[in-house]
Amino acid sequence: MNIVVFAKYVPNPQGTPELGPDNLIVRTGGDGALDPGDEYSLELALQLVEGGGGEVTVVTMGPDDAATAVQRALALGAHKAVHVSDPSLRGADALATARVLAAAAARTPWDLVIAGVESTDGYTGTVPITVAELLDTASVSAVRKLEPSDGRIRVERQTETGYDVLECPLPAVVTVTAGATEPRYPSLKGIMQAKQKPVDRLTLADLGLDAGAVAASQSVTTVTDAPAKGGGEVVPAGDEAIARIADLLTEAGVI
Amino acid sequence: MATIWVYAPVSAEGPHASALELLTKARELGDDIAAVALGPGATAAAGDLGAHGAARVYASDDQVFADHPGRPAAHVLSALIEEHRPSLVLFPGTYDARDVAGRVQARTGSTLMSNATDVLAVDTARTEIFGGTKIVDVALQGPEPRMVLVRPRALVAEPSGGTAEVVPVAVDVPEAAKGARVVERHEEAASGPKLEEAKVVLAGGRGLGGSEGFGLLDELSAAVGGAAVGASRAAVDAGWVPYAYQIGQTGKTVKPDVYIGVGISGALQHVVGMKGAKVIVAINKDEDAPILKMADLGVVGDLFDVVPKLTAEIRRRTGG
Repeated sequence: MNIVVFAKYVPNPQGTPELGPDNLIVRTGGDGALDPGDEYSLELALQLVEGGGGEVTVVTMGPDDAATAVQRALALGAHKAVHVSDPSLRGADALATARVLAAAAARTPWDLVIAGVESTDGYTGTVPITVAELLDTASVSAVRKLEPSDGRIRVERQTETGYDVLECPLPAVVTVTAGATEPRYPSLKGIMQAKQKPVDRLTLADLGLDAGAVAASQSVTTVTDAPAKGGGEVVPAGDEAIARIADLLTEAGVI
Repeated sequence: MATIWVYAPVSAEGPHASALELLTKARELGDDIAAVALGPGATAAAGDLGAHGAARVYASDDQVFADHPGRPAAHVLSALIEEHRPSLVLFPGTYDARDVAGRVQARTGSTLMSNATDVLAVDTARTEIFGGTKIVDVALQGPEPRMVLVRPRALVAEPSGGTAEVVPVAVDVPEAAKGARVVERHEEAASGPKLEEAKVVLAGGRGLGGSEGFGLLDELSAAVGGAAVGASRAAVDAGWVPYAYQIGQTGKTVKPDVYIGVGISGALQHVVGMKGAKVIVAINKDEDAPILKMADLGVVGDLFDVVPKLTAEIRRRTGG
């Protein structure tokens, strides 16, 4: 099975994100990384090809700095990568991103696209499914378990009250939760090999898209600080702290 | 004035509560309000949808929408949009509705905003970023309809007392456009009171270390008397508790009188689902955990020491 994994370069997941003067999240500065959520997608893809053959292609859209995320994915075991980078993609919204990812994925034959349920910086959560529609394929979101089954896949999907089991024809796009797998760590050998793996660097024109196809359809009009939640106090654990919590419950009339 | 639609998820139990919240908001923004309800229970839901402001409910009870999540609904909704051309379509931010909206966007080429906390006008919506510390207003541009996914429980439902005309929708979903099919359904409901309704919510995170750690919260819940137990996404993803426990962006939104977060760092994902609590208490061993900055009372220490002692103290006070 040939698999495409969508990977996103996000600002340092442990850091405090910042907005630039143009109200876009600052994505340069070098401390960004492969979205931790995407490591689960990649791990699932690697396990599927290790068990059944095929190749894993990582597809990312992002500034030049996103090469960091690409190298990480290759070091973990992806076979090759496509990196779409173009100045006109700065501030791209969900639809523009989906159009680019769909066009990039369409350049390589695949049976399955795996993406995270949502990115850890934007939490948009719609892009992979929009890609599925653009490519006219089936999809399942919020997958926590996936098994190939006779030319199809059988998946467990989270629901509000539990989970559903679905059968899905291939080709398909799935989004996976972090519970789907336990990501591996890159080996030294993997890191060395990653540098030799093919990375296809593409511009918007290479994908046959023009600037109109990725024009932003949302613009931030105002950004204001939310009212600070005052009165907070941090105390060390101990009998007094425990009494304080109990007092709060008593004052709230719930015990 | 503007025609505004609400995509209303339905089931045998009625319309999803968020659909009523969105209809209430739609009444402020437009004068021609309709709901689209697809799947078993759709026609029966028209009463509730009408009572919250829908003048019309485009409805189909066809089983195809329940058996094949997302794709058939997007197919039918796209056709309805093409025919009736609403200015704005509001969706609840559930997994299913996100899939429908994402697919419709590919067909209409219109803008789709996720995670809105409010809708200010037919072309303006509001969201919160960076854990709710910044409020961002966004102008929606491009071809109509503009589409917005709104966080469940960000808005309040108020009845209008109206009634809806049911407009039956003819369903013609080609076999190739059905997609994945549900073959089994499993319930993993949390025990005890509903998270969304409980006066006290006890939420556990990665710091609990495993499913056994949640036993501590069950004991504390019993001592408090009917607190609901929830979890961060990290704990759910690790498989310690079912998804039904999840509080946050892709889980439930809770607004209890008291929220106690135990071993939860306070990732944005979680915070958006609990910051509406009247009183927030956090117990965490890491004094830099973001949740401590937003807590009314933060306790820095070992939860495996603090929680049992808290349970004992509450039992002492209540004579339980």
